[in-house]
Amino acid sequence: MKKSLLILTLAAFGTLQLSRAADITGSITLKGSAPAEKELTPIKDDPNCSAMYPNGLPKTKFYVVGAGGELADVVVSLKGITGKSTGASAAPLIMDQKGCLYYPQILAVQTGQKIIVKNSDPCVHNVHTVPKENASQNMVQMPGGADLTFTFDKPEPFLKFQCDVHPWMFAWVSVMDHPYFAVSGADGKFTIKDVPPGKYTLEATHRKLGTQTAEIEVKDSGATQSFAFEVK
Amino acid sequence: MNNKYNPALFWFAVLNAVATFLLIGLGGLVTSHEAGMSVPDWPTSYGYNMFALPIKFWTGGAFFEHTHRLLASVVGLLTTILAVWLWAKDARKWLTWLGIAAFLLVVAQGILGGLRVKWQLDWLGVPHGAVAQAFLVLTCALALFTSRWWHNSAAEKQIPVRIGLRGHVLAVTIIIFIQLLIAATMRHQHAGLAISDFPLAHGKIWPDTSPEAIARYNAQRVEINNANPITAFQVNLQMIHRLVAYFIFLGVAMAAILSRKRLGGGDFLTKLAFLWFGLLTLQILLGAATIWMNKAADIATGHVMVGALALLVGALWWLVAARRTALT
Repeated sequence: MKKSLLILTLAAFGTLQLSRAADITGSITLKGSAPAEKELTPIKDDPNCSAMYPNGLPKTKFYVVGAGGELADVVVSLKGITGKSTGASAAPLIMDQKGCLYYPQILAVQTGQKIIVKNSDPCVHNVHTVPKENASQNMVQMPGGADLTFTFDKPEPFLKFQCDVHPWMFAWVSVMDHPYFAVSGADGKFTIKDVPPGKYTLEATHRKLGTQTAEIEVKDSGATQSFAFEVK
Repeated sequence: MNNKYNPALFWFAVLNAVATFLLIGLGGLVTSHEAGMSVPDWPTSYGYNMFALPIKFWTGGAFFEHTHRLLASVVGLLTTILAVWLWAKDARKWLTWLGIAAFLLVVAQGILGGLRVKWQLDWLGVPHGAVAQAFLVLTCALALFTSRWWHNSAAEKQIPVRIGLRGHVLAVTIIIFIQLLIAATMRHQHAGLAISDFPLAHGKIWPDTSPEAIARYNAQRVEINNANPITAFQVNLQMIHRLVAYFIFLGVAMAAILSRKRLGGGDFLTKLAFLWFGLLTLQILLGAATIWMNKAADIATGHVMVGALALLVGALWWLVAARRTALT
């Protein structure tokens, strides 16, 4: 009896070892020069906002590129995975309105996952979602007002959040119905955690530069895949 | 009730028309500043009674949207008073009905604007803009019909205008209205400039609208405001807008030349036709400037307002001509 239990335990452990989820890692780079970003001059139209920039106005952030070509804000995800969302139990993500800008400007969430929108500014904002698949919402948020919570039911790439009081304020949220995605950081790197072993199509999408795909196989040790975008 | 010139009624109708024109300008500023949804509730504003919104909230895009709502309320009130005044004091039944039509139209327009906010439907901005243009023509027609000139135009009736010339002006005016619908559709795409150069278009006489080209245009664009990515439809729509503009320009130039030839240089309609031509010239320059200055809000709004004037002058020309004897 004891021997059988030991064999069963070892077999179960072995199976777990065989099917252990692993990470997909990689980096994103940009070849060539990105178009020059522009100064957000309309900030001057609202004294509440311009007062927060005594040393010069910020610029647009369409191409966040490091010195070595590292490209941030690329959404990397497994393609063709559906109905695997764990968003309802996932930790909420925070989007802040600070200095009359959204932080972060690019975000990815699961369907059903909460996005908590804060207003850290001394002025009123309206938080207006402009989706194509999900229901549109538009809510006012007073300075110091309560946080707003958003969730989305359907997957959708680059769903736009905007403030119409301050039309230079916008952010995009990619909604997935699975947890296998990441957004590249300032160093261009990304990590998609806990992916079951198998063969997948990996998709990398930059809002301006479009989509690239790669066929990968995730093994016990994980997988590595890099992408190089180019401005044409 | 009488059918004589009533100066108070006339000047009130003029006031309503001027307020309507300013309202179109303010509405243009709302869209040019992408501020149409900056106040998410209606008829309240940020939960306040519209007329009691604290001034500290009149900032950024909300300034344009809120003042647009306030001026719209003023125009609604003026139009209501005008309709009642016409009903009570003017003997002309048809004019009474026209006043009632203006009242109904301003109410419908207010509801349309409100629903555009409540239902968050961008496309409702297109009929909202179109009704605004039609309403401006109606308010100016009311001012014309209550004017001293209209009451005392017995002599005017004797100066004939050829039916062909009338038809030409009417056709061009209708095309201008269609052009305004195209323009409203362009503006309510909220996509900024679909073509950022002029007189060429993306460097060509007719731009490439293949998916690769559209992706390239979007990659190169650095938009300051929250513009949506451009599409092939939007590029083609701007090209149609340009072509129709050239067509209208020629049509108005022909109207001015024909008016001078048929009616003489001193005739009021000839002067009006040349004013029309001047407006069209200004309008084309403003259209080009809108592109060259990356859709600067003031320039784009000026383009909207001169467009409204172009429609109005065409419509007024036709109404004045219709007062005269027709010549086949």
